[in-house]
Amino acid sequence: MELGLVVEHYVLLASAIFAIGAIGFLMRRNVLVQLMCIELMLNSVNLTLVAFNRRHHGDMNGQMFAFFIIAVAAAELAVGLAIVLQFYRLRGSVHSDEASSLRH
Amino acid sequence: MTAGSLLFAVCAALCLAGALLVVTAKNPIRCAMGLLTTIVGIAGLFLRLSAQFLAAMQILVYAGAVVILFVFVIMLLGPAASGEAAPPQRPSISQLIAGAMVAVLGVLSLGLIGYGDSHAFELIGQSHGSVAAVGSRIFKEGLVPFELATALLLVAVVGAIAVARSKPAGHKAKPAKEENPTRRMFQGPVNRPGAAGAARENV
Repeated sequence: MELGLVVEHYVLLASAIFAIGAIGFLMRRNVLVQLMCIELMLNSVNLTLVAFNRRHHGDMNGQMFAFFIIAVAAAELAVGLAIVLQFYRLRGSVHSDEASSLRH
Repeated sequence: MTAGSLLFAVCAALCLAGALLVVTAKNPIRCAMGLLTTIVGIAGLFLRLSAQFLAAMQILVYAGAVVILFVFVIMLLGPAASGEAAPPQRPSISQLIAGAMVAVLGVLSLGLIGYGDSHAFELIGQSHGSVAAVGSRIFKEGLVPFELATALLLVAVVGAIAVARSKPAGHKAKPAKEENPTRRMFQGPVNRPGAAGAARENV
């Protein structure tokens, strides 16, 4: 059986990566690891977009979307890591449970 | 097994192993290496999907910038970066959501495997996914979003610098003399025995 020539293979793989990323985001308490899990989820979405673009190859819309997602992910990560640094200066740790200043 | 099948199998295994390493590893550096593995695997899958431009972008932006940024921040934080509390004993809401997600994924993949009419790819020309094709598409139809993305990146960089350099609100201001390590560095040799340790504490 030829692998990687039907869109289902990619959708299955991308959904597995997305689920792993989402579970990691929910289960881990380290803000850095949570950011990495967000990157995992964005990457799996990119994979899905490119796979469907290969299936419907009339135009390049899927790849264009993936390109913009890469740009937005880079911007998000720059600001996110700056916030992590600032959070560490404020609380002395990178636990997401420590971010409870707004809790009543 | 053809070369394409082999590429898909190897890249899919890399992706899954890297993603599992990100979630399970205790040391954040290992998590970053797992992220790198996943990214390289996805770049290989982009090649299999004949998206050469995006594969190059993936390696450049993710492996070249994002992972390096993660590693910089982990090194900057030092031992504090790996701190993590023990998971709670009784199942929390997030664990329930995670379990439900695994169940839904299992059901979906079983349904997808049983789905008879698979959506096979057709043969395509050489130019699909090349730099010229994607570039002309972006600069002809997606020019406004492209310019907005450049503005977003600029604002994000400026915002990141502003956030990272500002003092937090609850931070106690130290005396200016202790605050600036570069000023001390240019004052010439210091003879106090504890000077090196004090300078290190300051940084």
